[in-house]
Amino acid sequence: MTVLDVDFAFEYASGAGVACRWQDPVGDARVTVLLGASGSGKTTALRCLAGLERPQRGHIRLGGDVWFDAARRVHLGPDRRDVGVLFQEYALFPHLTVARNIAFGARHMSRAAVDARVAELVETFRLPGLEQRRPRQLSGGQQQRVALARAVFRRPRLLLLDEPLSAVDRPTGDELREELRALIRALAIPAYIVSHDRVDALTLADRTVLIDRGRIIQSGTTQEVFDHPASPAAARLVGVDTILLGRIVEVEGGLARILVADREVCAQAPAAAGHEAALLIRAEDVALARHDVGDSSVMNRWRATVVAHATEGPFVRVALDCGFRLSALVTRDAWQRLALGPGDAAWAIVKAASIRALPRN
Amino acid sequence: MDWVAIGLTVRLAALTTLILAIVGLPLAYWLATSSRRWRPVVDAAVAVPLLLPPTVIGFYILMSTGPDTLIGRLYARAFDGTLPFSFTGILLASVLYNLPFAVRPFASGFAAVDRRLVEAARCLGASGPRTFFTVVLPLSWPAVLAGLVLAFAHTVGEFGVVLMVGGNIPGVTRTIALAIYDDVQALDYAAANEASALLLVFALAVLAVTYSLQRRAPAL
Repeated sequence: MTVLDVDFAFEYASGAGVACRWQDPVGDARVTVLLGASGSGKTTALRCLAGLERPQRGHIRLGGDVWFDAARRVHLGPDRRDVGVLFQEYALFPHLTVARNIAFGARHMSRAAVDARVAELVETFRLPGLEQRRPRQLSGGQQQRVALARAVFRRPRLLLLDEPLSAVDRPTGDELREELRALIRALAIPAYIVSHDRVDALTLADRTVLIDRGRIIQSGTTQEVFDHPASPAAARLVGVDTILLGRIVEVEGGLARILVADREVCAQAPAAAGHEAALLIRAEDVALARHDVGDSSVMNRWRATVVAHATEGPFVRVALDCGFRLSALVTRDAWQRLALGPGDAAWAIVKAASIRALPRN
Repeated sequence: MDWVAIGLTVRLAALTTLILAIVGLPLAYWLATSSRRWRPVVDAAVAVPLLLPPTVIGFYILMSTGPDTLIGRLYARAFDGTLPFSFTGILLASVLYNLPFAVRPFASGFAAVDRRLVEAARCLGASGPRTFFTVVLPLSWPAVLAGLVLAFAHTVGEFGVVLMVGGNIPGVTRTIALAIYDDVQALDYAAANEASALLLVFALAVLAVTYSLQRRAPAL
């Protein structure tokens, strides 16, 4: 299997930059999402892969082909890397028709072969009847499909997608994401997608790479990364709702008592007593009660005050003050049954096993 | 009307414009897209004729192309002639003097083309020149045309540089502007009036065309 071997560092004159390092077998239709906040350097990383930026150090290889090697002074331009790039806001050529946009990458092909390929892509990307339109006469979804058809015209070895869904509003985005997923699977070209939206990673990616402040902080299968964020920064990216920092006061039988503010939290011990720990708690793992449930298996029962609440579909997200901020997600029914409101006292209940405790230096 | 001078002027302007298209387009594209540290220096060198009196430009061209200079000797060996007081000489002078009139509109037109379109073309396998001709030029042609028209018109109306470098040799370096000067010196106001009116109408027409081009975006 071909391996994309990436190890480079790129720095802008301003000092900001990005360092990337991974070795990724690129199978037929593997999709990797580079997930990071805006300004984290993920788009820069993609531009380095495409050949639009030249890193100062390191190398980029795909299989036996060297795309970039600082030591050997090799830097293939974007026209020689055989990648398909989908740009943010699509960058369609405004002076060309849909058909000529799609066929822009044609080289050394007969007119008939070009026409046949365009017809094939028009079919795949559901664009019939639009061939002679100009890009500005298309909807957002149609523009995205034209841009993708244009990017895959030459059957590139790698697809690079920069925030493919950021140019549209949310309902349209959800629709386009579905479409994008089906198209990428159908194309069977390995793809790297840059996104700031964890939903993209959860729905599109086989693998997820987390980027924070110019560094890769975690990578692995999407399942791994979302189930086991390796650091508070990773947890923030994948969307764990509450992140607490505390000090381990006692460890016994693998369980730790961790002091957060003036409360005690019980969780699996991430380190020995005396060390700092980060605790990740998902809102869906937090239960609410009006009264203390003393005779239960639950180790963490905290007296709390309701601060605020907001409906999220069939659920209600509740912000609690337990001496620290805690977010809980309960069903609407349960919320009504509890009849709680802002300022009311309640109990927050969290099983020790559903708290992810990480060592902190 | 001095048809010899008019013919010579049109020939000079046409050749100047042609050379500026060949030299100026790549230069302007480089100026519009480069981020090299010495780009402002090149920018300044291109723009300097806008600020200097034509006589200064002419003086330096004269000094650097004389038969005893390096350029003069190389030219003499290659073409068996001299640059000062020849048609080639005033052609060279007018290309240099008109550089900013062509390059600056070109460059501002190129700079207005969305950078991402250029990057998209490159990622679709297009080389630099191919990208220029299939994406940049089709999206900036009004600016390019405006630059060419301005350079042509400015060459037609040029006086000082041509006089310094070319002297005033009928049929060789005597352009319409010089002919008008001669007519006035000879107190032939009727001839000067005719030629001046012609230039005035020409200049107005050119400016009208240029401004309407600048207002017009490429048809998308």
